[in-house]
Amino acid sequence: MGDEPTTEATLELTDVSVRFGGLLALNNISFGVLPNQIVGLIGPNGAGKTTAFNVACGFQKPSSGTVRFPALGKGALKPSELAKAGVARTLQGVGLFNNLSVLENVMSGALSRPGGGFLTSVLGLPHGLGMERGLRSEAMATLERLGIAKFAGSIPTGIPYGIQKKVSLARALMGKPKLLLLDEPASGLDESELEEFAHLITELRASMSVLLVEHNMDFVMPLVDELVVLNFGQVIATGTPSVISSNEDVLAAYLGVDE
Amino acid sequence: MGAFLASNFMHNIFGGLAQGVIYSLVALSLVIIWQSTHVLNFAQGAMAMFATYVGLTEIGRGVGYWWCVIISVVVGMAFGGITERVLIRPLYGKPEINPIVVMVGFLGVIEAVTAGIWTSTTRNIPAPFSQIYYQYRGRLILLSPFVIFQIALAIGIMLFVAALFRYTKLGLQLRAAALAPEVARLLGVRVHRMLTIGWMLSAGVGAVAAVIIASGNFGLFPTDMDGVFVAGFIAAAVGGLESPMGAIAGGLLLGLVEQFILAYWSPSVAPLSGVILLVVALMVRPQGIFTRSVNRRV
Repeated sequence: MGDEPTTEATLELTDVSVRFGGLLALNNISFGVLPNQIVGLIGPNGAGKTTAFNVACGFQKPSSGTVRFPALGKGALKPSELAKAGVARTLQGVGLFNNLSVLENVMSGALSRPGGGFLTSVLGLPHGLGMERGLRSEAMATLERLGIAKFAGSIPTGIPYGIQKKVSLARALMGKPKLLLLDEPASGLDESELEEFAHLITELRASMSVLLVEHNMDFVMPLVDELVVLNFGQVIATGTPSVISSNEDVLAAYLGVDE
Repeated sequence: MGAFLASNFMHNIFGGLAQGVIYSLVALSLVIIWQSTHVLNFAQGAMAMFATYVGLTEIGRGVGYWWCVIISVVVGMAFGGITERVLIRPLYGKPEINPIVVMVGFLGVIEAVTAGIWTSTTRNIPAPFSQIYYQYRGRLILLSPFVIFQIALAIGIMLFVAALFRYTKLGLQLRAAALAPEVARLLGVRVHRMLTIGWMLSAGVGAVAAVIIASGNFGLFPTDMDGVFVAGFIAAAVGGLESPMGAIAGGLLLGLVEQFILAYWSPSVAPLSGVILLVVALMVRPQGIFTRSVNRRV
């Protein structure tokens, strides 16, 4: 799966450390996500998964080390620059706009695209209206693709959690990302929703790379091409799911040594 | 039909609407700012008044009425944008009382400066349409071409703003930035720019209200907008502060209530009608006429 050394990674963390005061949250970790690859970032609670994720999307500055997006031609990005560079992320929980309809929430995923500025909108209202109509039908198509078109007019707080997560995914897809960062996509989903979600993510591989942080091993294992296992701020193993599932360090981290 | 339009009842309806649309505009401008930055702009009326004085001066130099309107609105918008950048931006994240204090102070400064430049004499913009009321068989209908223009202009502005917010990409960006700035930023929205634009739009809408007042019979003077600001604020509060539609409805309601109290109760009670309406509204629907749910973070 794209393992040729010539392929430029979509995301690459090199020797990243993050220090919070005296606590070393990440200790010299390195990993990458190749184009069209699905990578899972796993590890017990407090292992540094979320910190690593936040470093990747610029929420957290590394104390040392580098973050780069070689395939996108970018170095480290600030959160506000992600969308334009082709990186979308979903938020833990769902992070939808509660006062906007589902459709408008999905449309908001395309806001980083150029056009529709102040002058065009105020002086050229008809043009602005036309542009919005285009966005609207595109968002509708995305909802249909995820099979949740019938919720287009609802307010996010009024729909089931599983649907909200799909809406949040639909919004991320509207940015036409090259790299999708998913923060705990499985949390709060039931068995059948999990299966559906896994299927959706697998389909995305055709057009983008995916990095996901996840607790739920049953969800991650069949889904990803590669796993990066963190424990105590260090990468303790990297490899395909079948390799990882027989790695003793990983088993110990998950099963044994909890104080 | 004519007799009906000339009836006492319709007198009050027309009078109430003519006044109400002004309150609605001011309320709308307050709500735009409140939604985006959670600042209650006490200087809103004064800023609009100042912008209109600039337009007035240009009319004195011979530009036509429409240019005067455009100049006032453009100056108003620039004024709003600059105010946000210079006075308000440093206060984001500070206690909510800070911008209030700043804007109350700014209100005094604007009124003093305006009086300093243009004196406190009342000034008129020559009305673009006749202010003579229509008649039906010798009975007055409380509508003149100017009043119709006033109502139409206000409604036009409201529809424009509604379309902008609801049906353009800019509007979606403005709403996203106001609702959840952090999430909006992640989606590539330039949140700070949206806040500035929100202030600009708001000040532009306010300027339209001041232009209408200046073109009416009574003219404009530096502290003229204080009362209108209070009425606009009450209208916005009745509408729930968060809802543009509520603000517009609140303004119209206030205009009508004021007019009917004036006509059927007592002219001396009329100035209190805003307070009465506010008390009743807060008792019956404290969340506002059109507000769906209340989960405000303060």
